[in-house]
Amino acid sequence: MKTYEEINRKIESGKAVVMTADEIIDYVDRKGLDKAAEEVDVVTTATFGPMCSSGCFLNFGHSKPKMRITEAWIDDVLCYSGIAAVDAYLGATQLRHNDPANMYYPGEFKFGGGHVIEKLVKGEKCQLFALSYGTDDYPLKELRTWFDINDLNQAIMVNPRNCYQNYNVAINCSEKPVYSYLGMLKPNMENLTYSSSGQLSPLLNDPLYETIGIGSSVWLAGSRGHVHAEGTQHCPTSLRGENDVPVEGAGTLGLTADMKKMKGDYIRGVSLKGYGVSLSLGIGIPIPVLNRGILKRTTVRNKEIEACVIDYSSDYPNKTGKVLCRVNYEDLMKNNITINGKKVEVSAMSSYNKALEIAEILKDEITRGDFCLGIPSQKLPAVQGMKGLEIRRDR
Amino acid sequence: MITKKVLLLFPKSETEKPIVYHLVKDYDLIVNIFRAKVTPEEYGYLVLDLTGTDENIRAGLDFVRSFNVEINEADRGIRWDDKRCIQCGNCLSHCPTEALYISDPLTRKIDYNEDKCIQCLSCIDNCPYGACSSIF
Repeated sequence: MKTYEEINRKIESGKAVVMTADEIIDYVDRKGLDKAAEEVDVVTTATFGPMCSSGCFLNFGHSKPKMRITEAWIDDVLCYSGIAAVDAYLGATQLRHNDPANMYYPGEFKFGGGHVIEKLVKGEKCQLFALSYGTDDYPLKELRTWFDINDLNQAIMVNPRNCYQNYNVAINCSEKPVYSYLGMLKPNMENLTYSSSGQLSPLLNDPLYETIGIGSSVWLAGSRGHVHAEGTQHCPTSLRGENDVPVEGAGTLGLTADMKKMKGDYIRGVSLKGYGVSLSLGIGIPIPVLNRGILKRTTVRNKEIEACVIDYSSDYPNKTGKVLCRVNYEDLMKNNITINGKKVEVSAMSSYNKALEIAEILKDEITRGDFCLGIPSQKLPAVQGMKGLEIRRDR
Repeated sequence: MITKKVLLLFPKSETEKPIVYHLVKDYDLIVNIFRAKVTPEEYGYLVLDLTGTDENIRAGLDFVRSFNVEINEADRGIRWDDKRCIQCGNCLSHCPTEALYISDPLTRKIDYNEDKCIQCLSCIDNCPYGACSSIF
């Protein structure tokens, strides 16, 4: 048994033993659980992929004369300005003004909120256009200017939902293409797409939220941030395997970090044909080895993690709840997989390669003493379902 | 017999000549066209495989050059930008010839083998990050 404080002291003195969620599997096999739990202090997990429900609060500073901004666009992408005079929230999935969307189906969605966030992190100049009705104390009614992230007072990423614990595997059983947030799905089950870093993924290594909670430190695109809340749609009461690992979405995390400290390599605007725009993020989360049970759960292997294959041509949009079958990540990480007797080509939306890179970077930062653990102030809910939205005819 | 993939860039004035016909007829070459845009009003391009003897391919290409057609043997129409690529592998089920492939199963690193590319352009359509692009 170790405490957060003991592990943090070891990190600060540069003596912590840190391994990635990939390395720990063989290490525990070799050393045995008890010995490894004594030796290893932290296991690093990571993921890199599209994370809708991301965005950032920006403070532009006051112009001369002052303006109480009511509507704002950055590079023609609308930001929410109903917060304060010069504060705005830019969402990852906001389309660019005049984007024809799916008017010419399937739309290309070349640029949107996620791309503006990428530009900001990379230090590129963006255009701000803002409107107001004018008040006695904030007389300016219109402005257009150019700025980069260094011109802003604050740029703070606040993501209501990241790091889905597990995710659907999308397939298309119909006879025409389906354009989805998991990419283009070919007709007649020609291909499928999954989106998880499997045995590296943060919440798959801490399936019961024993260490990842509100206040936990996270590596968010290179910036040190933390879990600020349970993620939206956090639904721990999900179908789980015998190893407690969920086989469907389940838990999620609300994450925040200073965007000024992020690195451009780990944040990317996403264009999904026929669907829309989003933002891909690299996230690393350290798991403290407080006891052998926690360590044991970090040794989960791809073949022990299952996901549900869902038909995105009908069952997903109509919310029927039907699952075609279950597959594990070891099989998904092969070039093709057999579903209902048919050979199906596999695509991924999540980058295992980038996740590995991030798990290594976080390991290095912790080993060097640059990244300490945050002690959670609250646990994530362990029992909680998810509500749907009922369309009612009357009040 | 060898096969060589080449990119021919036609100036406006040369787009009316039946160059491919002569490559087949006079130089005994098997021509497999991947992509072509040849219109009388503007510059055109042809991306093709030439299969034949080394000597015939060389002579055929000399013949093509005599028409003021630019031959580019290095650039093949599709570019994969490894800096834009985030190694997700969304392209894998869309690339019919495994020109985009996983070069290391352990790290799931994506790589691009130009020789296998048939320029179907589906990677351009499907890459969420714009890592693949066409030079035309």
